[in-house]
Amino acid sequence: MPPSRAWRDYPQRYRLEAARCKQCGKVFYPPRLVCDKCGARQFETFRLKDEGTLATYTIIRTPSQEFAEEAPFALGIVEIEDGVRLMAQVADVEFDELRVGMPVKLEFRRLFSEGSAGVIHYGHKAVPIRR
Amino acid sequence: MRDVAVIGVGMQKWGELWTKSLRDIFVESALLAIDDAGIDHIDSMYVGSMSSGLFSGQEHIGSVLTDYLGQKHIPGTRVESACASGGLAFRLAWMEVASGVSDIALAGGVEKMTDISGSDATYALATAADMDWEGIHGATFPGLYALMAVAHMNRYKTTREQLAMVAVKNHKHGAHNPRAQFPFPVTVEQVINSVKVADPLNILDCSPITDGAAAVILVPADMVSNFNKPGVKVIGSGHATDTISLCQREDLTELKAVELAAKRAYEMAGKKPEDIDFAEVHDCFTIAEIIVSESLGFFEAGGGGPAVEAGETDREGKIPINCSGGLKSKGHPVGATGIAQIVELTEQMRGDAGGRQVDNARIGLAQNMGGSGGSSVVHILEVM
Amino acid sequence: MRVGIIGYGAHIPRRRIKVEEIAKVWGADAPSYKKGLELKQKSVPALDEDTITLAVEAARNALKRSGGIDTRDIGAVYVGSESHPYAVKPSGVSVAEALGATPDCHCADFEFACKAGTEGMFVAYGLVKAGLIKYGLGIGADTSQGAPGDALEYSAAAGAAAFIMGADEDKLIATIDETFSWMTDTPDFWRREHKFYPEHGGRFTGEPAYFRTTKGAVNGILEKSGMKPEDFKFAVFHQPNGKFPKRVGKMLGFTPEQIEVGRVVPLLGNTYSAASPIGLTAILDVAEPGDRILMCSYGSGAGSDAFIYTVTERINEVRNLAPTTRWLLDENVMYLEYGEYAKYRRKIRMRGE
Repeated sequence: MPPSRAWRDYPQRYRLEAARCKQCGKVFYPPRLVCDKCGARQFETFRLKDEGTLATYTIIRTPSQEFAEEAPFALGIVEIEDGVRLMAQVADVEFDELRVGMPVKLEFRRLFSEGSAGVIHYGHKAVPIRR
Repeated sequence: MRDVAVIGVGMQKWGELWTKSLRDIFVESALLAIDDAGIDHIDSMYVGSMSSGLFSGQEHIGSVLTDYLGQKHIPGTRVESACASGGLAFRLAWMEVASGVSDIALAGGVEKMTDISGSDATYALATAADMDWEGIHGATFPGLYALMAVAHMNRYKTTREQLAMVAVKNHKHGAHNPRAQFPFPVTVEQVINSVKVADPLNILDCSPITDGAAAVILVPADMVSNFNKPGVKVIGSGHATDTISLCQREDLTELKAVELAAKRAYEMAGKKPEDIDFAEVHDCFTIAEIIVSESLGFFEAGGGGPAVEAGETDREGKIPINCSGGLKSKGHPVGATGIAQIVELTEQMRGDAGGRQVDNARIGLAQNMGGSGGSSVVHILEVM
Repeated sequence: MRVGIIGYGAHIPRRRIKVEEIAKVWGADAPSYKKGLELKQKSVPALDEDTITLAVEAARNALKRSGGIDTRDIGAVYVGSESHPYAVKPSGVSVAEALGATPDCHCADFEFACKAGTEGMFVAYGLVKAGLIKYGLGIGADTSQGAPGDALEYSAAAGAAAFIMGADEDKLIATIDETFSWMTDTPDFWRREHKFYPEHGGRFTGEPAYFRTTKGAVNGILEKSGMKPEDFKFAVFHQPNGKFPKRVGKMLGFTPEQIEVGRVVPLLGNTYSAASPIGLTAILDVAEPGDRILMCSYGSGAGSDAFIYTVTERINEVRNLAPTTRWLLDENVMYLEYGEYAKYRRKIRMRGE
């Protein structure tokens, strides 16, 4: 992924910045230019809560190239309160702990890096809430 | 809008075709269709290909293939909608003939996937998903469908075995298909014990990487008698998109694009799901066929798994699905799949399907889908 | 104007590896390592954890304990580490970006073996005290490597601790009453550029390095402040193993009780730039208002930064707003075998390397 392309998404990847439609309140992550519910084009930026539940999950055993060293790893769709869903790996978990509805917290992690010489891409992964 | 019919079909054996280039593969199948129709020229060509650029380093194949087909100077259009490229190419060709712009159109599809490495092919296929918000987290294609499978199994108690039974059924059918890549049966145990890909999917739940092409010829229905073969009429066509990312779907256990494309096709055709005699659907992964069978209205939500277990989608069942062997056994050269579905529908309705023949195949449905359900094209055909 | 810590937090990776597991592979005698180092296990960062990710999570915990300051008021973010992910590109900007402190913020990466964390704390404190910034963040974070089979492999661990410095009276958790630094050129432990593993001078790292330097800083701060060891409730020293902090504490006149809470190394390993900082967070988690704390880091090369803190009333309101260090040490753990550990620490040569 070219550095410029990754960099544009830092507000979303680093700070979970989402956009709320000023007219109908629908939340978009990542943000959009036009609301697909009411057609309005004005949004306010805010940060998503860093907790949610797993709407679904899988364990990737045959990864794509960039993720070869991490496999097998768990991947899930996390449902955040505001009705927003986002995709994230599930880290620090034993595979047999995974279940739909599991409460998770989003933690800052490395997503991948382009070999040992390329840029390191950071973002969030879901970690089971244990307390 | 005129009525349009398919009067020629062509498809070579699919597999790892080391000695054949993208051009060879496409032209061979297209010539078979041209010969089948008994024509010598075409007015316009649409070719579906998901990514000739990433797989073969070749864009602009609308030009390349009209040239190599010996149909220089005709309009040539490369159509892309990920794995629905073929179905969409067919729809556009149908539109061009129906509108009167052309009389004889060729709708084809091709993909040459085996020159690049397995991991490069995986990457190319992954570009059908949301690269920035799914791919970056390590989502693979099987991974996205596995996410849907887990949600479906969690809500409807669909079982691992029911998923495997889709592969078993399609291989059983495909064993009768001389052009299939893997024309041999498999068992539920073999599927469940095959190499793990993305839980709960194993390698035998997944359609393969294949080289192949297919082509069909469309003409106005009232010109059918000018040609060799009985015509099969296009009575319904529907196309819909959905969010690119799984995360933004309304419901993780549904394929809205399929539902809407089917609804539009049924409406145009004046038909309901019960009217369909048999179908070719997009079983890129076993779970896909189960969800699609529900989206097409053949079964209620959650009923897809039990239906395949009860044999309802077998060739002799209530609604035979994928008698060609589906993507699973036949192969999945991405851009060609949608066209191959039309080839199967046509041969079934001509009574030419040999060991795959469905009794009384009068109305057939073809459902083609792109990515994790970001797009879908549905066609309904009827014997004339 | 009183200046001090207005938020603190630690973050430790979940995975651990026991001394026995490492000793087994290299044919070493585990019991003698455990006894000699007073160390049972160490933390191991996963493939997706590095100095930046640990620093961000520690800083987020510190923000929770600050009662929610506006991150745009953070005027400086300093990350001290000897395992910064990039040789050129600062860890500080990634942390500042993740916290929302950018763009009007000062960032710098610090490096001074194990003392880089306290350097960041010292400079952040100094800028607040000088009135140049409102809040400053000093973080010590490391995911250091130990050469396979070497003594350091048993202890080189990963972790982070973050401290937000400020002067808001209603936010102070612990005031910084005195600082003192003591530096000399002492080549006890080093790593040349492009080398994966560090080198060390064996026994030279002890008396002439760690002990001499720590004593220099502690005696200096005691003299400067006019205090004696008895005046403190807690003391935390750099902890490359379980023995050194006990011994230097004794040499300086501190009791085992004063040292024990901050001596987190037996279950954690040596987290290098985070070592004494994490020890400090463990102390703050249990300290009472009015308790006085002495902290002295040590970085090979060599130098020590000493601090004197006094805990305020506010500690009771904030300590449970984020995971306690004890919870991070005792409960949030997953054990690894050596093979997985080697894969996570990228000690296995991959294709293309």
